[in-house]
Amino acid sequence: MFENKSGILLIGGLGFFLFAFVSNALVPILMYRHLPEKTAEQLVTQNVLYQFEDLRLRYPEQFEKYVGEANEQNAADMLRLGRRVYVGEACWHCHSQFVRPVSNESRRWGPVSETPEYQNELQRPVLFGTRRVGPDLSREGGRRGNDWHTVHFFNPSSVSTGSPMPKYPWFFDGSPDKPNKRGLALILYVQWLGSWLDSYPMYEKYVPINESMSNPLE
Amino acid sequence: MNSDHSKSVSPDAEADAPVELVEERLVLWYFLASLGYLFVSFTGGLIMSLQLVHWNPHDGFIEYLSPGRWRMIHTNAIAYGFIANAFLGALHWAIPRLTLKPVLSRPLSYFIFAAWQVVVLSTAVGIIMGQAQAVEWGETPVWIDPLAQIGLLLVAINFMAPIIQMKGPMYVSLWYFMAAFVWTFLTYAMGNFIPQYFVGGTSAGAIQGLFIHDLVGLFVTPLAWGLMYYFVPILLQKPIWSHGLSLVGFWGLAFFYPLQGIHHFLYTPIPMFLQYGAIVSTVAIEFVVTTVIINFFGTLWGNGKAFFTNLPIRWFYTGMVFYFLTCLQCSFQVSLTFQKVIHFSDWVVGHAHLVMFGVFGLWFFGMMTYLFPRLYRQPWYSKNLAEWHYWLSAVGILVMAADLTLAGLFQGFYWVSMQPWDASVNASQPFWIIRLFAGLAIISGQICFAVNIYKTWQASRAAALAGASAHPSTYNAAWSAT
Repeated sequence: MFENKSGILLIGGLGFFLFAFVSNALVPILMYRHLPEKTAEQLVTQNVLYQFEDLRLRYPEQFEKYVGEANEQNAADMLRLGRRVYVGEACWHCHSQFVRPVSNESRRWGPVSETPEYQNELQRPVLFGTRRVGPDLSREGGRRGNDWHTVHFFNPSSVSTGSPMPKYPWFFDGSPDKPNKRGLALILYVQWLGSWLDSYPMYEKYVPINESMSNPLE
Repeated sequence: MNSDHSKSVSPDAEADAPVELVEERLVLWYFLASLGYLFVSFTGGLIMSLQLVHWNPHDGFIEYLSPGRWRMIHTNAIAYGFIANAFLGALHWAIPRLTLKPVLSRPLSYFIFAAWQVVVLSTAVGIIMGQAQAVEWGETPVWIDPLAQIGLLLVAINFMAPIIQMKGPMYVSLWYFMAAFVWTFLTYAMGNFIPQYFVGGTSAGAIQGLFIHDLVGLFVTPLAWGLMYYFVPILLQKPIWSHGLSLVGFWGLAFFYPLQGIHHFLYTPIPMFLQYGAIVSTVAIEFVVTTVIINFFGTLWGNGKAFFTNLPIRWFYTGMVFYFLTCLQCSFQVSLTFQKVIHFSDWVVGHAHLVMFGVFGLWFFGMMTYLFPRLYRQPWYSKNLAEWHYWLSAVGILVMAADLTLAGLFQGFYWVSMQPWDASVNASQPFWIIRLFAGLAIISGQICFAVNIYKTWQASRAAALAGASAHPSTYNAAWSAT
C-alpha cells in the first residue's frame, strides 16, 4: 500500500488532497453559504455616490468625457473597472485589505475585518493581500479627499514624503488635474473601501506619544 | 512490499542508458528556457528593489515597466518559467532512467515544450498588459488558465505512461513524481477556477491560501525531493541511507502538506479553528522534514569530502541546509505569536526567497552543473566560473534572507508600536539597499553560469567539428578533484 502505484495515487495523490480540500476549503464554503454575495450595484451606497459626485464636481470635463452621469449604474461600473486596475497594477501586493484583531491594528485603521464584508463581487477573488509596504487600505475610503488621491497617484512622494510607491501617470491625461477613466475608477474604488461601515470615514486616531504627552487636551 | 530500492538507481544504469531512452535535446532546451526565464524574473526583482530605494530610473515613465506589474512577473516567471521548465528537463532525464522506458510520445514531448513556453510567455505578456488575476502566484490571466490546465494534464500523461507500464518495485523518486503529477493538476484547478468562478470572499481566501502553499508543497517540493533521491545516490555512488525514513518523509509530506495553506491568512476572518489546524499541521511537517534531512545526511556520512570536492553535491547539500533553515524558520513564523509581528513584513519575503532560490534554485543549479557536460558531451569550460556561480549564489541568498528577516522584525515592531507608517518605510531603507546588492550578487552568479554554459557549448561545437568528443570520464573534471 505504501510503495505501490495505487496506494500512492489513490491515498497520497487523491485521498489526502481531497481530505485537505474538504476540511480546509469546503468547511468555510458551507459555513458561509447563507451569506449572499452582493453585486457591485448593491455596493453603491450614499457614501460612494457622495465621492462619485465629488469627482464629477472636481473634474467636470474629464468626468463628462469618461463617465457621463454620476448615477448608480455608472458608479457600479466604475467600481468594477477600479478593481480591475487595482488588481492589474498589483496594488494588492503592497497593500493588504484586512485589519487584524492584534498588534494595535484596530487603533490604526478601524474595526477588525469580518466575513460579511468580503461577500461581494469586488472581493472575487478575495484581495486579503500579502505584504504591507504601504498601509492597509480596507478602511481607506473617505479618509483623504479626491484631490489628494489624484496628486498622490500622479506623484506619490509629493504628498507622502519618502514614499517608495511608483508613479502612475498613465491614470491621467498629462497632468494630475486630468484623471482619465482608469484614474477616476481607481480613486472611486479606493474611496469605496470601508464605505459600508458605520465608522466611515475612519480617521487615524493615534497621536505620537511625545505629542500626546505634551498636549494637555489629549 | 520491502523493495530493494538501491538497485533501480545503480550508477551503471546512469551511464549505460540507451541513447533513444532519453530525449537529451529536450532536456537541454528545457534547461536553457528555464535559465532564460530566470533572467526575466531577475529583471522584475531588480525593478522592484530599485523602486523601493528610490533608484528606479524609469519610475512612472513607461506603463509596461511598472514595478507592480513586474513584481508579478517576478514570481510567476520563477514558478512557471524557471522552476517548471527545470523540472520538465530534469524529469525527461530521470524518469526514463528510473523506469527503463521512454516517455509516452516524443512528438508529444516536443509539443508540450512548445505549448508550455507559449503559456509562460502569454502569462508574462498578459501581466504586463495589466490583465492579472487576483490570485497570488496564479496571476496568470484567466484566459490562459484553461490552456495551462490542459498542459499540466498532458505532462502528467506523458510521464505517467512509463511509470504505469513499469513492473516491479518503484524507487522513492517515482512515488514523489506520481503524486506530484496528480497534486499539481488538482492544485492548479483549485486555485485558479474556484475563487474566480464558484465562491468569493472569505472561503475563497481559504482556497487561495491552499493554492499558494500547495504550489510550493505539492508541486515544487515533491518533484524536487524526488530528484534529490535520484541524483544524490548516483553522485555519491551509494544507496540512500534509510528506506524507512524515505517512507516517513513521503507519507508525512503527503498527509500534512495539503492541510497547511490557511497559515498564509492567519488572523483573517477565516474561521479560527481552521487557522489552528493549519498551524498544527505546519509544525508537524517540520518533524517530517527533519527525518528527510537526517536521511540525506546519513547518506552523505562517510563521504563528507564530496561536499568539498564534488560541486553538484555541494549545491545539493547547501540547498538542504537552507531547506532545514527555512523549515525551522517556518515553524516559528507560523505561530500566532510571531504572526502578530512579522505578518505582512519582509520577513516573509526573505523566507520565500530562501525557499525558492536558496533551496530549489540551488538544487537546479546542482543538477545543471552535473548535466550540462553530459548534454554537450564536453567538460565545463571553466572550473573558476562554476565556483563563482556557487559562491555568489549561496552567499547572495544567505545575505538576502538574513537581511530581509531582520528587516521584517524592524518593520513589524514599528507597526505594533503605532509609529507613523513612514517610520517603518524609512527604517527599511538600509535593509532594502543591502537586499539590492545581495540580489545583484545573485544575478552576477547566474551571469557567470550563463557565460560558462556558452563557452562550454562553443567548445563542444569545436570538438564535434573536429570529430573529437570528450570521453564521459572527463565530464566531471572541471569540478571534481578526483
